Amino acid sequence: MSFAWAKQYEPQSTFTKWLDEKLPLPRLVYNAVGAGYPVPRNLNYMWNFGVLAGFCLMLQIVTGVILAMHYAANAQVAFGTVEHIMRNVNWGWALRYAHANGASFFFIVIYLHIFRGLFYSSYKAPREMIWLLGVVIFLLMMATAFMGYVLPWGQMSFWGAQVITGLFSAIPVVGEPLQVWLLGGFAPDNAALNRFFSLHFLMPFVIAGVVILHIWALHIPGSSNPAGVEVKQESDTVPFHPYYTSKDGFGLGVFLIAFTAMVFFLPNALGHPDNYIEANPLSTPALIVPEWYFYPFYAILRAFTGDLTIPFTGIVLIPAKLLGVIGMFGSILVWFILPWLDKSPVRSGHYRPLFNKFFWFGLIPTMAALFYLGGAHAEEPYIMLSQIFTAYYFMHFLVILPIISQIEVPKPLPFSITEAVLGKDTPAEAPRTGTAATGDAGTLPDGSLQPAE
Amino acid sequence: MSIRLGGIIAGLAITLVLVLWSLVPGVYNFVFGPPAEKPASYAFYEHGEGPAGGFSFDGPMGTWDVAQLQRGYQVYKEVCSACHSLKFVAFRNLQQLGYTEAEVDAEAASWTVPGIDQNTGEVNTRPGEPTDYFPMPFPNAIAAAAANNNAIPPDLSLMTKARHDGSNYVYSLLTGYGEPDPAKAAKVGFETPAGLYFNKHFPNVNIAMAPPLAIDGQVTYADGTNSTIPQMAEDVAAFLTWTAEPSLVERKQTGWFVLGFLLFATALAFLSYKQIWAGLKPKKS
Amino acid sequence: MASDTAVISETGSEEGVRRRDWIHIAALSTAGVGGASLLFPLISQMAPSADVLAASSTEVDIGAIAAGQSIKTTFRKQPLFVKRLTPEEIAAAKKDDGTSMRDPQTLAERTKEGHEDILITMGVCTHLGCVPLGAAEGENKGEFGGYFCPCHGSHYDVAGRIRKGPAPLNLMVPEYSFTSDTVVRVG
Repeated sequence: MSFAWAKQYEPQSTFTKWLDEKLPLPRLVYNAVGAGYPVPRNLNYMWNFGVLAGFCLMLQIVTGVILAMHYAANAQVAFGTVEHIMRNVNWGWALRYAHANGASFFFIVIYLHIFRGLFYSSYKAPREMIWLLGVVIFLLMMATAFMGYVLPWGQMSFWGAQVITGLFSAIPVVGEPLQVWLLGGFAPDNAALNRFFSLHFLMPFVIAGVVILHIWALHIPGSSNPAGVEVKQESDTVPFHPYYTSKDGFGLGVFLIAFTAMVFFLPNALGHPDNYIEANPLSTPALIVPEWYFYPFYAILRAFTGDLTIPFTGIVLIPAKLLGVIGMFGSILVWFILPWLDKSPVRSGHYRPLFNKFFWFGLIPTMAALFYLGGAHAEEPYIMLSQIFTAYYFMHFLVILPIISQIEVPKPLPFSITEAVLGKDTPAEAPRTGTAATGDAGTLPDGSLQPAE
Repeated sequence: MSIRLGGIIAGLAITLVLVLWSLVPGVYNFVFGPPAEKPASYAFYEHGEGPAGGFSFDGPMGTWDVAQLQRGYQVYKEVCSACHSLKFVAFRNLQQLGYTEAEVDAEAASWTVPGIDQNTGEVNTRPGEPTDYFPMPFPNAIAAAAANNNAIPPDLSLMTKARHDGSNYVYSLLTGYGEPDPAKAAKVGFETPAGLYFNKHFPNVNIAMAPPLAIDGQVTYADGTNSTIPQMAEDVAAFLTWTAEPSLVERKQTGWFVLGFLLFATALAFLSYKQIWAGLKPKKS
Repeated sequence: MASDTAVISETGSEEGVRRRDWIHIAALSTAGVGGASLLFPLISQMAPSADVLAASSTEVDIGAIAAGQSIKTTFRKQPLFVKRLTPEEIAAAKKDDGTSMRDPQTLAERTKEGHEDILITMGVCTHLGCVPLGAAEGENKGEFGGYFCPCHGSHYDVAGRIRKGPAPLNLMVPEYSFTSDTVVRVG
């Protein structure tokens, strides 16, 4: 689907005409990321991160396929082959550092992309499917990143594999056999390393497939925008190419500057020194923490310290270990129902005073705190703090958002994207209803904003 | 509506469980329980600093001090190599330290590496060749533990990357031996266990390694540099930084080139982007 | 800016683009240069790595090889044939020195002075890389009494020179030197 004023692909040469009849791939590209895709004209820099995430995926696939040419997934030699890449392979050090830091930057980009979605409510109708597919991509990314971190077979790799597969042992009855099955043994060894390598190679292509669905779903309603009102007229949009290709090109440059600065000057700053010690099943590092991008979820996992018991009887309903696992997975799974928890018809956080307060003074400090606490030692006061922030995390999504979407009085919305960009003295093509001047806050001028309940 | 109601109930339930069963007992313990105790040894730990003036390879413009790396190699060869392996480094890599091909050949031949008799197939030893890797001082981990009071000397190839702030860590560890403050030690009842050595820069201050650099002049430097303990520690820390990351200087130099190119390309991309949008955005009235 | 009206004009923007076309060309070419230079590490990583390139050498003890016998050993992960020629073989090889060959070489060019009974060649057929027969006892030595490659029927003579079949070159003689009368250092 596209807007009626979308430009049509017109093949010029004989060859492109022939190709357009047989395999309209250029047409597909033209309509997807070319001049044939009208995009709201008011997108800010927060809308750069989708394209950047796609770039990161390609970067990881290219560098990863190359590293796989030199790596061997065998517990005897895996650590040594990584060092072989670092020391002997031409440009091996650059490729490996690019891949390792690429994972971190992929997560930075994805977190900013999710942040954008949360603040501008990109998950709301008619874009629920885009959001749901995005959460699936995020889960697949986490699995891929975890398995990739095991491959160098350093101390953190080994103990990470031990601890994360240990999460599954919390499941009642089947847990312990499940962990043994996942590892193919009683501790991480060749079997686990080999299957993690196989899956780590496969998963990026699965992610790429879901990304295609994600973009397909995006092109049904078209991109969201910072004003949160839907596209109404041609003056609301500009063609993706050259307007957003040029903007994304600039964004990519800025991204690459930050990325290469890390790769060439601080390549190990985001990793753990312990992973340069070869895996030793007999000795656990002093502080086992995952990579930084898992910190918030690791903090939630560790927040549940007490068994759920019936008071004064000593009967354990749910052990703390299982509570932590439920909490950790639940913290992401809750995003799957987010479009139905927040039913406010207004999308953009700019026009939602109450939401805005809880977002900036509740959710953002909570996430910052959880990022810090996930990397801290498991001791007081960090445990108490992660319990408080974990509680707020769940309250925010499950309790606060549904309630404020019910009681909030939104600010008046601009009539259209054109008006949002150019100001109100633009000759509008249709009469406006609510404005700030008349103060009739809460009137919803935009029919498309009504929730499709 | 039902999803929202369910969400609110679930959210309240999770919060309730977390607060009542985890947070409340935790706070109670924290306030009324016994204070968490750290081992007395932590009171003696001091975070190590690097050598005064830093290393030549520090910072984004850092480069190797080749003479220092050669001195560090000499310290490794004469002191550390008795117990510590360097298994990811080959003799041919020494060429990067400024040795000529002939010198590398001679240096390699001065080491004894395991070999196989070409006629009988028996295990024997032979002089090293440039393609050989530094030999292991012990045949296996059990032998290493048996010869070292049950502590296995770690491989040093990656040591400076395997510790936080590794180059400075190695330097401070080698210069951190001594005796704990006796008054303080008596007060908390701290004593270094038998067979271990006090080192204020080792994480739990009791290290199994005897002071490897014991006296000034322990190594007689080929280039005549005065071999004080801090000098030897600095040199070997620099050498181990090189073994951990031989590409360090090449990496930084490539980085400047790449960054310069990207700044230029991004500036052009910005101008191009502004140019494209210029026709679209009218002046704000 | 061309216009201070609030009306968006597509054509206006296109005129602007045309006027300052060079900036887009510059930006795109720079991006192209950047992308192309990325290919350098991506391609060169497949070339032999430093440990493979590091020239290794093999020492061969030739004292125990009797006349007419050969031994197979390895040099850079490839088979190496070391053969002690009999006086008859030397005579036969020298007799053929002048005949027309695909890759003309004399026996003297393929051996070291004073050691012309020692023929050291790679055991790699110059056609497509199979290992020729003839180094071990009882193997097919081909029509010229030297080596025979069973893959595609290349016949080498006693000096390892190609005489018949598809191979384009003689069996390669690696660089080597005598460290003593009985020890050869290859590489």
